[in-house]
Amino acid sequence: MYETLSSFAQTGGLIYFVAIFGAVLAYALWPKNQKKFDKAASLPLSDREPGDE
Amino acid sequence: MVSAFLCVFAVLAILIAGNATDHLMGVHALLFFSAIVAWLVGIALWAGKLGDRDPFDETEYEDTLVKFGVAASMFWSLAGLLVGVIIACQLTWPNLFYFEELGWTNFGRLRPLHTSAVIFAFGGNVLLATSFHVVQRTTRARLFGGMWPWFVFWGYQLFIVLAATGYLMGITQSKEYAEPEWYADLWLTIVWVAYLIIFLGTLWKRKEPHIYVANWFYLSFIVTIAMLHIVNNLSLPVSLGSAKSYQLFAGVQDALTQWWYGHNAVGFFLTTGFLAIMYYYIPKRVDRPVYSYRLSIVHFWSLIFIYIWAGPHHLHYTALPQWAQTLGMTFSIMLWMPSWGGMINGVMTLSGAWDKLRTDPVVRMMVVSLAFYGMATFEGPLMSVRAVNSLSHYTEWGIGHVHSGALGWVGFISFGALYCLTQWLYKRKSLYSIALVEWHFWLATIGIVFYIVALWFAGIMEGLMWRAYNDFGFLEYSFVETVEAKHISYIIRTVGGLLYLSGALIMSYNLIRTALGHERINQPTDANPVSQPPAAAELQPAE
Repeated sequence: MYETLSSFAQTGGLIYFVAIFGAVLAYALWPKNQKKFDKAASLPLSDREPGDE
Repeated sequence: MVSAFLCVFAVLAILIAGNATDHLMGVHALLFFSAIVAWLVGIALWAGKLGDRDPFDETEYEDTLVKFGVAASMFWSLAGLLVGVIIACQLTWPNLFYFEELGWTNFGRLRPLHTSAVIFAFGGNVLLATSFHVVQRTTRARLFGGMWPWFVFWGYQLFIVLAATGYLMGITQSKEYAEPEWYADLWLTIVWVAYLIIFLGTLWKRKEPHIYVANWFYLSFIVTIAMLHIVNNLSLPVSLGSAKSYQLFAGVQDALTQWWYGHNAVGFFLTTGFLAIMYYYIPKRVDRPVYSYRLSIVHFWSLIFIYIWAGPHHLHYTALPQWAQTLGMTFSIMLWMPSWGGMINGVMTLSGAWDKLRTDPVVRMMVVSLAFYGMATFEGPLMSVRAVNSLSHYTEWGIGHVHSGALGWVGFISFGALYCLTQWLYKRKSLYSIALVEWHFWLATIGIVFYIVALWFAGIMEGLMWRAYNDFGFLEYSFVETVEAKHISYIIRTVGGLLYLSGALIMSYNLIRTALGHERINQPTDANPVSQPPAAAELQPAE
């Protein structure tokens, strides 16, 4: 029981983490997102009032 | 509605005060009741003065609360640092600072008072104030929940007062950084859930479609602290009228839960929360976009997924299974990369504005905080390695490491944010005195260097002394000899702490004068111009 559970946790954990990291990298580096991120990078710089579009 | 909610608690407090089986619980129940009465009186006075003004006008940001948060941060930083200097003196000169008849001044009671005051009171108030400020500006929406943000603010102060007075009276559940007893923990849970709802509600009604990265960091801090706090404080009170409770977990399970909590308090309270501060205040202050938004996404997710596993490195060579210790150590080493990702992103945000390091001491303070962050997050993984830990654990090296992170990283980024907030919220052209910021910066920096160098020295020395054997296989040194050898380091540490406290005093004076609208003449007023045209690409002779 312990062996089964621990090997499942170890292998599963590795696959899970690598998959999540891959997904994060893909999201961050996806070319289509670049424009959005460039805009977001200067988000703190604008001084706007609440509700401004 | 908040007041009605609080009345329920007032009744509860009275009931507990009436049925308290121990004297200390009675004191705290009455303290709690008085706080609620004070809230109700305060609300009545405030509502009376309101007139026709809409207190929750959606076209204005809730800035008054942030100003209160700045004041509270300032106050608790002075209190926490002062207690730190006092206990440093107690360690250095135990004969002079030991008062037998005043039990509450004992080191064992003042030490948790210091740690809680600086981490939860000072750090916590900085996080409350800045998160309320940042989430509004980056979503372009007023805080959600009307009066509830005020409940969170005052409720949190009440928790701090309950915790602090409790330590002095001897109430503790003996878990490091989680000393408050069950009733204070329950109260904090309520306050924290309200905080989470306010934060999520504000994000929900945002006008800006993208959720800015600082808000992700704040959210991870709020959610994770809720989880850690609840699980680590699972306990059963002796009775409803008693301050004493017993932990649900025992033995090594309790130790593992405690350090899962303890290390993630470092990770999610003292790191992600303050990285959120970095991601708003540094770009804003230097008027440059975040260096790499992509890096911010990658290092955010890596950081939060890895941090949560690092706790077992506090339990090397204990009853914890070795594989779990190794797991904690491995994840601690992996943390190095996302930590440095954050540091690099913060520092490189100055690209094209490096001159501000020279002209604006507030910027310099925030960048130096990142240098300390980088140093502490290199030192941490190193110390988590089992072989290094066998030397460093239980020695002053650990205290030194914590303080290079706490004084250098958390303290400096907080001071930077407090300077920014005071200047911006009170709409001042400049701080009262830039020269005083310079004084603060240098006093505090020298203080930190004194502090950490002295404790590296003391820690490594005592670690080596503890493991030294003589030719006959006996221990070379008695314990008291290892304590005596640290005396000079303790003196230097106390001086370092005193310098750091002086810096904070100077800051408080400067912030108060800034808030009052005073300004020293003869100083460069545009240390922080609102916007500056990009520097002309002229080659300087030195290039």
